[in-house]
Amino acid sequence: MHQKTIKQLSSELTLKKISSVELTKEFLKRVRLYDSKINSFITIDEERALAEAKEADVLIKKGANTFLTGIPIAHKDIFCTKGIKTSCGSKMLDNFISPYDATIVKRLKEAGAVCIGKTNMDEFAMGSSNETSFYGPVHNPWNIENVPGGSSGGSAAAIAARLVCGATGSDTGGSIRQPAAFCGVTGIKPTYGRVSRYGMIAFASSLDQGGTLTQTVEDSALMLETISGFDKKDSTSLMAPVPNFSKEINTSWDKIRIGIPNNFFDSGLDSESSNLVMEAIKIIEKLGAKIINLDLKHIDLSVPSYYVVAPAEASSNLSRFDGVRYGYREKNTQNLNELYKLSRSKGFGDEVKRRIIIGTYVLSAGYYDAYYLQAQKVRKLISQSFVNAFKEVDIIIGPTTPTPAFKIGQKMDDPIQMYLNDIYTIGANLAGLPALSIPCGFSSGLPIGMQLIGPYLKEDLILKIGHHFQKETNWHTHLPAEFL
Amino acid sequence: MNWEIVIGLEIHTQLATKSKLFSGASTKYGAPPNTQASIIDLGYPGVLPVFNKEALIMAIKFGLATNCKISPNSIFARKNYFYPDLPKGYQISQYEHPIVYDGNIDIEINSTTKNIKITRAHLEEDAGKSLHQSFDEASGVDLNRAGTPLLEIVSEPDIRSAIEAGAYMRKIHKLVCYLGISDGNMQEGSFRCDANVSIREKGDKKLGTRTEIKNLNSFRFVEKAIELEAERQIELIENGQIINQETRLYDDIKNETRSMRSKEEANDYRYFPDPDLLPITIDDELINKIKENLPELPEQKYLRFISEYDFSEYDSEVLTSNIDIANFFEGVFKKTKSAKAKLISNWIQGELLSMLNTKNIGIKECKISTEDFAKILDLIEEDELSSNLAKEVLHLAWGSKEPIESIIEKNGYKLISDDNIITKIIDDIVKNFPEQVEQYKNGNQKIIGFFVGKAMQAAEGKVNPKKVNQLLKKKLG
Repeated sequence: MHQKTIKQLSSELTLKKISSVELTKEFLKRVRLYDSKINSFITIDEERALAEAKEADVLIKKGANTFLTGIPIAHKDIFCTKGIKTSCGSKMLDNFISPYDATIVKRLKEAGAVCIGKTNMDEFAMGSSNETSFYGPVHNPWNIENVPGGSSGGSAAAIAARLVCGATGSDTGGSIRQPAAFCGVTGIKPTYGRVSRYGMIAFASSLDQGGTLTQTVEDSALMLETISGFDKKDSTSLMAPVPNFSKEINTSWDKIRIGIPNNFFDSGLDSESSNLVMEAIKIIEKLGAKIINLDLKHIDLSVPSYYVVAPAEASSNLSRFDGVRYGYREKNTQNLNELYKLSRSKGFGDEVKRRIIIGTYVLSAGYYDAYYLQAQKVRKLISQSFVNAFKEVDIIIGPTTPTPAFKIGQKMDDPIQMYLNDIYTIGANLAGLPALSIPCGFSSGLPIGMQLIGPYLKEDLILKIGHHFQKETNWHTHLPAEFL
Repeated sequence: MNWEIVIGLEIHTQLATKSKLFSGASTKYGAPPNTQASIIDLGYPGVLPVFNKEALIMAIKFGLATNCKISPNSIFARKNYFYPDLPKGYQISQYEHPIVYDGNIDIEINSTTKNIKITRAHLEEDAGKSLHQSFDEASGVDLNRAGTPLLEIVSEPDIRSAIEAGAYMRKIHKLVCYLGISDGNMQEGSFRCDANVSIREKGDKKLGTRTEIKNLNSFRFVEKAIELEAERQIELIENGQIINQETRLYDDIKNETRSMRSKEEANDYRYFPDPDLLPITIDDELINKIKENLPELPEQKYLRFISEYDFSEYDSEVLTSNIDIANFFEGVFKKTKSAKAKLISNWIQGELLSMLNTKNIGIKECKISTEDFAKILDLIEEDELSSNLAKEVLHLAWGSKEPIESIIEKNGYKLISDDNIITKIIDDIVKNFPEQVEQYKNGNQKIIGFFVGKAMQAAEGKVNPKKVNQLLKKKLG
């Protein structure tokens, strides 16, 4: 049962071959059995999950169900869930029970999806390996000595181990796509503003975007069409109409132009990954595509500009965690400054503190122009080079990551090496574009991901091509041996 | 030496929106602590601000009334600093692109007019309030005020004296009240200002080192604090010392300003555009719509009162000095049947304002309705109520639900106008004072006053003097 997709399970639920309670119990059983190996969950709420499953069964009986009704999912612990701990992977929020649901959570709940728990993540989504979590690292189901990627590492690992059918994630610089690639699952970061950020704990507001992780593109389409659309609570969410993605992906196309950025296949890319991605592109070419090589100008500056803009926003966004109203508060402090200093020093981990310090620095008087303003200018240039590229091509395809999943502990002492993991993914965040990562092969037993970047609001196009690719291939159906 | 004082004011006026600048919570004053703070005002994880368009319209109104340019694209910025009454750790304000800028306003000092330039006015959210009393060894925080919309109005350093500063602040206060964009309540903190003060030798082009006096919440305090600060600075310089750029506090009890923090201790606010909010775009259509619906401004009302009601400049000035007084006057005027504008004006300026002064309240808290006030004045106009008794009626009517007619009736304040009764009184007087009657008949017209006085006496002041006059003349032939 756990090998089936949301689409398949949904039809079995509708045909009453199985109930949501049975399905939910099955997945909860797998969580109990396997999660100790990978540590993909921070919170599991069996009671609540079963109650929601019962409600879902009532809806199904009445015929009032959607594709997601009764389907067990999990939320990244960055999304506020009413009545459930929402830690954001941090000691700072270890005691925080949200009084409200994030818009994503609300929309999935309204569609009848069953939430079985909250997944592990890098602290405040800052990390590319899930090692910065206060709740310990997540292990990659394909090799438990390896990282699952981050920051949505818990969601990706839980999908790879089939502990849940679908999961939410957030992506600021690659935090959905990079773990999706490392864990051999499908992950999509939509256009900035496509999905409401309300209730998603902010890391870097102008880059953060919610999305999903699933086994297949088809399942991503189902989840994405449910969570997308304008939300009056988020001023940056878009008014644009939401296509029926799950229907759109089945339509055919004439000839599309695929752009292959030369800069994505540089010396930094592992050669086997490079080969696998090129093989995958050939499959798409056969489906009806023209390959065009292109240079994405300034893309080499995406990591440096990102590591100015993102920490700058983070330093401000994380100021609210001061120990005054909620979250970790150091006891027995003598005065206000001590309360701030000790609560924040002890409540935040090293990587978070590193980024707060960087961000505070780049916004400081005398440095603002040289760093923050300069980085914003570079960001505009990068956006513009994508706009120019999309005049010549319909989508851009390349690798998601430079290498497959690395060993736990391997890069923790070298932040620069860690940051370079997101070298191919950050561009889409800086430009606000939709991007999808899908599995396209294995290198020494570890999955490799291919990234499809689309023009503004063109999720339907990248999903369609991804879906047709998955109809031709079976990389997405592989299951790690220990989790059969 | 001849010193010139240079002053610029930053006025913070609370906008009279129903809900906060970025949340749906109420802005009403005086609720129990933390009952008007939503999760957005409390800065909960994951929440986002949504801009209240009502505040936008109010800011544009202010801009239009002060000849400001309206920015087609203005931007919210975050001002970052830590304080317990600032839940997010940053205040959402405007920095590089304020909503309105480059305006000016005239002030009058001893009937000369001076133009003060307005650098900018921008929107920002207020912080909460720290409560340092009533908690053992700890401070409390009330976040009801957090997120309340403020318009910060920044003047150029065009002001040259404490008196000019007071006049400018009063002028802006009057304007925001007229525009209906603020209740202007200074006790509740809806209108307060920071004063930047420096001195220089007269004729000097260069500005001296300035100090900023924070949080002045009355016109008198502004004048007082500036005077004190200028004196302090002059004394320092004349003694060969220097001025430190610093923030100072005015203590109205000790009547002094004292240092709060120096420039070195000042925060680096790390302003940057708030990524949670889109730029505010304003098009001409919106500006024109607001322009068309702009209420009558103080100057216009002042001129209209002169032409429409035939008021003297002085009367018009007093009646339009405050929008609520002007509205009260026009409310009464609309409801009277016979009372003249001048009579209404006299009674408002005289008895009503002195009653309010005694009670130390504003006309908004007046407990006599315009209907009742109109009724009383009509009775005076029609000689059915004497001025002296009308004052009594006003006091009795204060806060009373009893109809004016019944107050007058119950107290027997109504003047007698019945011809038969008056004739009877006159008959008695004529009978009792034959000598005087003789004098009248011999041409002493003035003696009529004597008879009226006697009639008044006989009726204990409650007789219609006009009627008495009229009937006496008839009787005496």
